Amino acid sequence: MKILSKIYTFLVFFFLYIPIFVLIIFSFNESKSTSVFTGFSFDWYLALLEQEDILNALKTTLILAVGSSVISTVFGTAAAVGIDSLRKGWLRSATMGVTNIPMMNPEIVTGFSMMLLFVFASKLLGISDSMGFGTLMIAHITFELPYVILNVLPKLRQTDRNLAEAAQDLGCRPVQAFFKVVLPSIKPGIITGMIMAFTLSLDDFIISYFTNGREFQTLPTIIYSMTKKRVTPVIYSLSTLIFFSILLLLILTNLIQYLNEKKQNKTSD
Amino acid sequence: MENNIIIDLKNISVAFGDNQVLKNLNLYIRDGEFITLLGPSGCGKTTTLRIIAGFTAPDEGQVYFEGKLINNVPPYKRHVNTVFQRYALFSHLNVYENVAFGLRNKRMKEKEIRETVKQMLELVNLKGFERRHINSLSGGQQQRVAIARALAVNPRVLLLDEPLGALDLKLRKDMQNELKNIQQRLGITFIYVTHDQEEALSMSDTIVVMNNGIIQQIGTPKDIYNEPKNAFVADFIGESNIVDGIMRDDFVVDFSGHRFDCLDKGFAKDEAVDVVVRPEDVDVVPLEKGMLKGTVTSVVFKGVHYEMIVDIGGFKWMIQSTDEQQEGDKIGLYIEPDAIHIMKKSEYSGMFGDYSSFSEEYDELSNAEEPEEADGEEG
Repeated sequence: MKILSKIYTFLVFFFLYIPIFVLIIFSFNESKSTSVFTGFSFDWYLALLEQEDILNALKTTLILAVGSSVISTVFGTAAAVGIDSLRKGWLRSATMGVTNIPMMNPEIVTGFSMMLLFVFASKLLGISDSMGFGTLMIAHITFELPYVILNVLPKLRQTDRNLAEAAQDLGCRPVQAFFKVVLPSIKPGIITGMIMAFTLSLDDFIISYFTNGREFQTLPTIIYSMTKKRVTPVIYSLSTLIFFSILLLLILTNLIQYLNEKKQNKTSD
Repeated sequence: MENNIIIDLKNISVAFGDNQVLKNLNLYIRDGEFITLLGPSGCGKTTTLRIIAGFTAPDEGQVYFEGKLINNVPPYKRHVNTVFQRYALFSHLNVYENVAFGLRNKRMKEKEIRETVKQMLELVNLKGFERRHINSLSGGQQQRVAIARALAVNPRVLLLDEPLGALDLKLRKDMQNELKNIQQRLGITFIYVTHDQEEALSMSDTIVVMNNGIIQQIGTPKDIYNEPKNAFVADFIGESNIVDGIMRDDFVVDFSGHRFDCLDKGFAKDEAVDVVVRPEDVDVVPLEKGMLKGTVTSVVFKGVHYEMIVDIGGFKWMIQSTDEQQEGDKIGLYIEPDAIHIMKKSEYSGMFGDYSSFSEEYDELSNAEEPEEADGEEG
């Protein structure tokens, strides 16, 4: 039984990670071949640096991810505070329902309907080529919002309601009380929400595909367009770089968490 | 208006939805006194506290602070501070910063803040805890931080909402003494909310007994215990045998088939009344010497005394005595005139004071609900 479970675990990890390993290995391949490893080289990484459209797309993607995650975090936190203050009843359930729908909705529907809306709105306003960074930003903020709300709400619910009152009791105006006392208490939820929004934005293909217009490319859309032609190992090197960046990010967040816990334990001795 | 009245509540009514929490409440509080709002869960005591603090606005009525109407003054401008039931400490700040919180809002100089925090932590016996993290403190220590934090801003009135509810018995007793000491040393007004009658009796100058949003009685602990106004108060404060009686004349009352001398007067001739006899005031005597005769139906050893249930003509009395009796014994009971207290009939007559359904477990069950005292504040 024990051996079986070990084999099972091994298989799960094997199938999860073997494609990524293959990709990483072949990104260092000398030739274009995807079947034979002819020799080690950094050629495809150098080639990547020369592909201006990819670098541009990377820049756009990062700006978009940072911008949209920050904005959606601000809006989402405010919305969560509002929803939390609603009394239990139909209004609260309705608001939660409206919040949840964009998450359940297939992305293709969201993307397509957004595109329609933008086209319709630009016709109405008389703008000819409206699709671009602006529409991408709006679309990303929209689909990130529910994730932020759903991460912040539980933290608010855990927060003692008397906390804000205690702060007011000690001389804070209601707004001050929120920033000084409630915000620190829900900070972990806000940060997780923001990280989630950031990775979702980085990762998104379908909605971006419908709302980016002709000029603007994000990393996922440009990779997709590259696959329409012959696939070059440049994509491997790019994917490898993305994989290691994410790995680094993960290790960093874990490290920070570990250090924080250590600090907390120290003060409690 | 008298000079030393610090808080005056006039005709206060509050409802949360269909739930009428306070009904036309009138209460004044003297400067420097230790006053306790006492009552069962949901009686409106916490709501009264929140109205004084400014967290709940009354639907009707006026709140005066030193003669000035403060209905529209927000909490952060009132000279009252609160110690919350679950402390509501700021866990992202250390002990020092928690106590300094109110002082920083006053934009005090750092040097003065340091002095005040030091003083306050000494006052609550937490010297040297400045750098400690809130989550590393025990319940009792957190309680002390909450008190120090509220007292640091030098309030005129300190509001305490069941502050000792979460502590164990021994610690609670210690904190009771300490709170009383702090109050006497600082000379400020304490308004204390609790459902624990023993706590109320041992700490307060004045007790306000509440039920269903109505004040039942206001008085000193002795008044409340010895001269309860109605069956609810008699039952809620300590143990009471409450029987139906008839006032035959001044100082003469009939109950349980016997005529007793008492110290009460001013009732109509042959007026039906409620008679209260405390369990510790009944003397057990040999059967033939007893004014009343009964059969012991249960005996529980309580440490300082035995607690017995005695059946007297179908009515179950609770008697406390240091002499042990056996179940089934027939005993005589003797009651001194000053052990008898006569009350006018009220809406609570006949609801309390009979120990026929008495069980310890039942008592504890009803106490377990207490921490839920939300008074319909559910947001």
